[in-house]
Amino acid sequence: MFCSNTPHPERWLKPTPAGLYCLPGDFYIDPLRAVPRAIVTHGHSDHARPGHDHVLATPETLAIMRTRMGAERAGATQQALAYGETLQINDVNIKLVPAGHVLGSAQIVLDHAGSRAVVSGDYKRQPDPTCAPFEPVRCDVFVTEATFGLPVFRHPDPAKEIEKLLRSHALFPDRTHVIGAYSLGKSQRLIAMLRQQGFDAPIYLHGAHANLCALYESLGVPLGDLRPATVAQKTQMKGAMVLAPPSAVGERWGRRLEDPVVAQASGWMRVRQRAKASGIELPLIISDHADWDDLLATIAEVQAPEIWVTHGAEEALIRACALRQIRARALSLVGYGEEDGA
Amino acid sequence: MRAFAELLERLLFAPGRNTKIALLRAYFASRPDPERGYALAAIAGALDFPGAKSATLKELAATRTDAELFSLSYDFVGDLAETIALIWPTQGDDAPDLPAVIEALRNAKRTEIPRLIEGWLDRCDPSTRLALIKLLTGGLRVGASLRLAKLALAEMGLVDVNEIEEIWHGLAPPYTSLFAWLEGRGPRPTPGEAPVFRPVMLAHPVETEDIARTDWRDFRAEQKYDGIRVQIVATPTGKRLYSRAAEDISASFPELLEALDFHAVLDGELLVIRDGEIAPFSDLQQRLNRKTTTSALQQKFPVGIMLYDLLFEATEDLRALPFDARRARLEAWFAATRPAAMQLSPLIPFTSIDELATLREAARAEASEGLMLKRGDAPYLAGRPKGLWWKWKRAPLSLDAVLMYAQRGHGKRSSFYSDYTFGVWTEAGELVPVAKAYSGYTDEELNFIDKWIRAHTIARFGPVREVEKKLVFELGFDAAQLSSRHKSGIALRFPRILRLRTDKPAEEADRLESLRKLI
Repeated sequence: MFCSNTPHPERWLKPTPAGLYCLPGDFYIDPLRAVPRAIVTHGHSDHARPGHDHVLATPETLAIMRTRMGAERAGATQQALAYGETLQINDVNIKLVPAGHVLGSAQIVLDHAGSRAVVSGDYKRQPDPTCAPFEPVRCDVFVTEATFGLPVFRHPDPAKEIEKLLRSHALFPDRTHVIGAYSLGKSQRLIAMLRQQGFDAPIYLHGAHANLCALYESLGVPLGDLRPATVAQKTQMKGAMVLAPPSAVGERWGRRLEDPVVAQASGWMRVRQRAKASGIELPLIISDHADWDDLLATIAEVQAPEIWVTHGAEEALIRACALRQIRARALSLVGYGEEDGA
Repeated sequence: MRAFAELLERLLFAPGRNTKIALLRAYFASRPDPERGYALAAIAGALDFPGAKSATLKELAATRTDAELFSLSYDFVGDLAETIALIWPTQGDDAPDLPAVIEALRNAKRTEIPRLIEGWLDRCDPSTRLALIKLLTGGLRVGASLRLAKLALAEMGLVDVNEIEEIWHGLAPPYTSLFAWLEGRGPRPTPGEAPVFRPVMLAHPVETEDIARTDWRDFRAEQKYDGIRVQIVATPTGKRLYSRAAEDISASFPELLEALDFHAVLDGELLVIRDGEIAPFSDLQQRLNRKTTTSALQQKFPVGIMLYDLLFEATEDLRALPFDARRARLEAWFAATRPAAMQLSPLIPFTSIDELATLREAARAEASEGLMLKRGDAPYLAGRPKGLWWKWKRAPLSLDAVLMYAQRGHGKRSSFYSDYTFGVWTEAGELVPVAKAYSGYTDEELNFIDKWIRAHTIARFGPVREVEKKLVFELGFDAAQLSSRHKSGIALRFPRILRLRTDKPAEEADRLESLRKLI
């Protein structure tokens, strides 16, 4: 695919303080500050920032951006590109391919002058009933995250973690189970997985989750009986499942619940002392990011001779690539990985 | 092993003491002998597997993982056992049971042990693997002390926990006689004349509001010595020196042990005493935590004991007597016995709380930590009974210092930036480090500081982050000493964080010259 006379992607795709910039296309991918032209991989706020003149993304990501930041801040003009469709900007061919991270999340496939770079954004390989699964695309440079880029992070089967939650719910039927989960993606995934395992009771939501759950449903992801937790009576929620942002569960908001079992769904829960120090009683190791094994499996699948690492534990992933004779380098982009609770 | 692993995991995450006791009780009541006894021994730290040290596990991990990836992982996780448990390349589902592990280790030749462990690790899932490693290397660190286990046993057997404390040091794993007694299947095991540890009586710190609401005329005052609390046990069947935590520290102090030529149980403070003068704690540190000692060390750091209580005289248990009566017995015993290398802790006469306050502040000059206040009519009770014994430490010195560097902690604080280096300003307007502190913040503050550090890092040196010089902390410390090891020339004793001063600009933090005046 990549011959000696085609320009290497590092000559047309550059890390800049504003984010990854495509020279021939004159656009940024997931820019960290307002720019004239942006392509956005997914709706988390560290990747989808407000105030761009022109935003290109999947229709779902654009809808998420409008819901979260208001139509006027979500890009002066928005341009939707569905998965699998292509678009040419100058002499760069652009295609969006599912990344499996959250609803609408996309890898940006860029073809220019005979070479191909794939900017994967955040991604995962585990099953997720709320979004399209990751599709590996062969390329010359694969730009990857490394949130869980350490060999200690191997996420267990998420279905087993949901079973653990349901067992605890059966063991403590009078205690309210309050689960800290990020409001975009993780929350809807947990609800959908609970429904898959036959949990039909109402699930109560913190205000921060309600809008996004409604948006998911309107985009065709059914989530069952959802109710606002903020107006519900404390006694009504006795023994119920409640979802809230991680920051709220340990705070007064969570404590006003009936003898709560404080749970949290995150890949970070794998490290006990970390889970422990955040006051969690029931850690659930469920993540929307690829774990160590999946990062390496993905790198092998896309067959790229060169890997660029955007954010996370770059060092270890670069070391693992070196052990596999794959060139790898850190882009040192500062500003990602701050939002989604992993 | 699975049940034990699950117990450890649930204990670690259980939020309250009562939940932990309930978990332990359920475990002890439902698991068979000898498994539960070995689990209890593990919590007590009473198991030792000489062929299975953390070095063995590290070597095993090194043969199965890449060294650089391991060290990056360890730096993140912060706990060696957990790093190995998580990074181990297999995922098994066939863990061995606890007694089988212990028996196999006991019968194995030393050279066979690594192979045994490797086989077990391959058969376990990460959580059982962690339990196994913690078991082998000691230090379960699950937030459940032996005390909680004893409380759970007391609940299970419907006995007073002190009845268990009293006989504990006469028992050995897997404690089948203890479980038999608690389940009504056997008699209470008795220590007889074995030199066992007796539960110690502890003091509460005096808080400001206690000063006015306590009638201090009922109390006796003594110095609070800056050494370590010891229990001296000498019976016809043996002699022991125990730490306050019931650890047998006899081996570090053979010359003291040799001099015990009486039959009694005494409570006192171990100190380095040179020509009748009490030396600073740093001198005593030279003698602590040694399995053996040399005569040179014994001469350079001569130890003695300041006696303050008599618990047993021969076989007579004096603990139910009031303090005043025990003190009289102690003085009479001391006069009759003239024990070598021991002194009586003098009672300090006083007439009012104000006089005590003056004495307490004078403590710094006396090389003591403050005052001990003991009620004259108080019996010697195990634990920390309210209102009977008080410790009134002299007020700490304090300074405002600027956060300079941070490092991730280990153990409970691992993966948080919890170890800090603080600096003060020189005359030239430069920050120089004066103290490291690891404690004194709440979990909430730790979260805040951790986030702040991540957002304000300006450089990294391995695991250490240098941060913007902006965040001010009020530090407490007991004394400032000259030190050639620090660039500032000053080291602080017992530095700890008193308060986060987000209100204070860094330029207004303390200067080195004001610290020098405190030496």
